[in-house]
Amino acid sequence: MKKSNIQPVRSHASGSRRHFLQAAAGAGAISLLDAIVPVWARSMSVLREQSGPGDDLLEFDLAIRAHRMDIAGGKGNVMSINNTIPGPLLEWYEGQDVVLNVRNEMDVDTSIHWHGILLPFEMDGVPGVTFRGIKPGTTFQYRFPLKQSGTYWYHSHSQLQEQSGVYGALVVHPKGPDPVVYDRDYVVMLSDWTFEDPHDVLAKLKKMGDYYNYQQVTVADILDEPTSEARSNAIRTKLAWDRMRMMPSDIADVGGTTYSYLMNGLHPAGNWTGLFKPGERVRLRFINGSAMSFFNVRIPGLEMRVVATDGQNVQPVMTDEFQIGTAETYDVVVEPREDRAYTVMAESIDRSGFAAGTLAPRDGMRAPIPPLRKPPKLTMVDMGMDHGAMQGGGMDHSGMNHGDMGSGGMDHSGMDHSGMNHGDMSSDGMDHSGMNHGDMGSGDMDHAGHDMGNAGPVVARHGPDHHGAGNAGVADLQRDRLGERGTGLENVPHRVLVYRDLKRLDDDFDDRPPGREIELHLTGHMERYMWSFDGEQFHEVDGPIEFNYGERLRLTLVNDTMMNHPIHLHGMWMEMENGHGREIPRKHTINVMPASRVSALITADAPGRWAFHCHLLYHMEMGMFRVVRVS
Amino acid sequence: MRRMKSKCILLALSVLYATPGFTAKQAGTPDDWAIPMHKPGPYWMVLGDRAETGFADGHDSYTWDIQGWYGYDWNRLRWKTEGEGVQGESPEDAELQLLFSRMFAPYWEWQVGVRHDFEPGPTRNHFVTGIQGDAPYEFEIDAALFISEDGDASARLEAEYDLLLTQRLILQPRLEINAAFSEVPAFGIGRGINNSELGLRLRYELRREIAPYIGVSWEQQYGDTADLLKQEGEDTSETSVVVGVRFWF
Ligand SMILES: [Cu+2]
Repeated sequence: MKKSNIQPVRSHASGSRRHFLQAAAGAGAISLLDAIVPVWARSMSVLREQSGPGDDLLEFDLAIRAHRMDIAGGKGNVMSINNTIPGPLLEWYEGQDVVLNVRNEMDVDTSIHWHGILLPFEMDGVPGVTFRGIKPGTTFQYRFPLKQSGTYWYHSHSQLQEQSGVYGALVVHPKGPDPVVYDRDYVVMLSDWTFEDPHDVLAKLKKMGDYYNYQQVTVADILDEPTSEARSNAIRTKLAWDRMRMMPSDIADVGGTTYSYLMNGLHPAGNWTGLFKPGERVRLRFINGSAMSFFNVRIPGLEMRVVATDGQNVQPVMTDEFQIGTAETYDVVVEPREDRAYTVMAESIDRSGFAAGTLAPRDGMRAPIPPLRKPPKLTMVDMGMDHGAMQGGGMDHSGMNHGDMGSGGMDHSGMDHSGMNHGDMSSDGMDHSGMNHGDMGSGDMDHAGHDMGNAGPVVARHGPDHHGAGNAGVADLQRDRLGERGTGLENVPHRVLVYRDLKRLDDDFDDRPPGREIELHLTGHMERYMWSFDGEQFHEVDGPIEFNYGERLRLTLVNDTMMNHPIHLHGMWMEMENGHGREIPRKHTINVMPASRVSALITADAPGRWAFHCHLLYHMEMGMFRVVRVS
Repeated sequence: MRRMKSKCILLALSVLYATPGFTAKQAGTPDDWAIPMHKPGPYWMVLGDRAETGFADGHDSYTWDIQGWYGYDWNRLRWKTEGEGVQGESPEDAELQLLFSRMFAPYWEWQVGVRHDFEPGPTRNHFVTGIQGDAPYEFEIDAALFISEDGDASARLEAEYDLLLTQRLILQPRLEINAAFSEVPAFGIGRGINNSELGLRLRYELRREIAPYIGVSWEQQYGDTADLLKQEGEDTSETSVVVGVRFWF
């Protein structure tokens, strides 16, 4: 019997005999036939059969290779899993054991990390942290029980291989009945592709942080302003940013000047299509498997019911658009009723490009692709700057002062910032009376042409430690932005999902109060392209972050930079304190908005060493990475 | 002098890497495991800020101003070379600096090293210390103090600003001032501010790395230096139209 490389095979726990999984020949088999079906024909539809192989092992063979391949309308040097990008869609079953034989057919070390999956740390697949990596010509066997269900993904955790194509989607079917009701089920995996060598991309960023940014503020833009007042405001804003040596257009480090954005491995012309019959409920499992990109996702003409994030069910919430950070997942259900095509639009956060596909009743259909909206600009809020003091030229930091912020009545002197936390603040009625958030957010302040964007209440101020020369700025005003829309979506005229909308579905909250709090600041230096926690790149720290086995703790993240950073903890859930008490959602990746302060509760129930890092690939590689040790 | 120079280079190279090196302790893994995230680098860059031909009354000139770095995030080895001459002739001025640099503030590095003047002859060496970086409002600053092997002190300040007219069309004002703290008649140098160059260059970035430009450059000599020039019957100010290419890789 000829064995296909991607064939999931059923084998007896004790023996080595393998069979084809007969059910694979059914409706969802396309994803299992990557080796013979060309990549552009793949539907990424998920098996309707949800029973799994029973007591038997689920076993998969994956081979990682470097080769040339058709991609994004050209030919590129890729690294792939089983010759496709994304790699094969893996379908697993909660409660069963899975075995993965990952063979390295390249001449450099590789690895596969199962993103969001709870497992023994030796199986987590991070070279240098959980294992030695997979050497050229060798096979590493992963084996672990599945203790969860939902939408996840997998990717290489070695060097920049993720950018070259070593990633794929994985779906774990629930043991019990699925609370989400649907008729069709598709994975929609978003990613970014460049024909450049990823190491060249990084070297360019290292020499010139804004190398790929062709959306900078220019004299031509200022002259384009409609009125002389608008022009002088634009000049003042530009001077304010120049003074800080920062750029309001610093939205994405790498954008459409080199990237093609892919949906299930296809660029927009490839038109990934998910079929439906009018009236059917279609589940779309959005996975952001990109290296460096955030996407704004919408389906013009359809509202989306968000039912899960990062694999975890949430109480359904209706929306028209959501921003998905790198490495996050969102499951939505849509109900197209008309016999027509709908565009699934995934615009990059800096609007320099997009991925798009189609939901259609028949193959070959296409709906209009909405034009890219105007590139967003950061605001002084994103810089964590005291806005009042930003006005005019002769600004002096030492003179920065709350009084300028509006109400004048604010006094933080008595506040204990170290213990501050959003969850508590919104749920246990901490006294904010002295802070006057309303005024700070949007009320009385003289904006003087600075678009404040979405602000959110200031919940803390930065301490005296500015994290050294490797950190270019600090969030002087740290805001709770969980209720705010993602960068650039502040003013779109429809519903936009915010983190505050997410509430977990299951009643499984760990009621123990956190025993302690760990605060980490996200820091960096765009010009030298250095990224770090607390101003220390990974190679500079003196050891892992220690969690005590079994403890309940609070992890607080403060973003001192002006960029969004999607922060990922391996092995354990981060329960994002978005103000919903026992219903706060579980996340494996939390996007920390610029100048914001976010906290998460963690039950340290997974002994071992776990990676903790920014999921922007080049940020991680440049040092925004730590190891958490649970012992 | 040569010995001093090679010592400096050796010192710079060894200090370059001398930030905390990796041990397995960062990850808490066994000592013989590979490292999960390398110390970034070494990276390197070569930047030709000015490589141009100047056209002025009477004579056409050429100028180069190229620098590069090699190293890590905090410590880098820098080299700079600049010089000029009359078209078709060997350079009138030519210098090379070799510097060790360390970032000491988010946008600033200090530099220390040596400068060798090939022209005008006889060759001279200087000790160099300076700072380079971005000042508020995005002015690129390079300020250095030179002490020659004979003990003469001088200083140089360069400031540049990139004004983006469009995403690719960039106007760059540039100012350079040279000053001396002691008179060196053999090199035609008087005390005080000797000369300045004010330039305005308009470049078009075909791609980030390659940008042809045109511009104007006003050079002015001052004080004793100007007097020394006048005695030799030369002009103390000069305006030239420049054409060149800015490049980096
Ligand atoms: Cu980051």
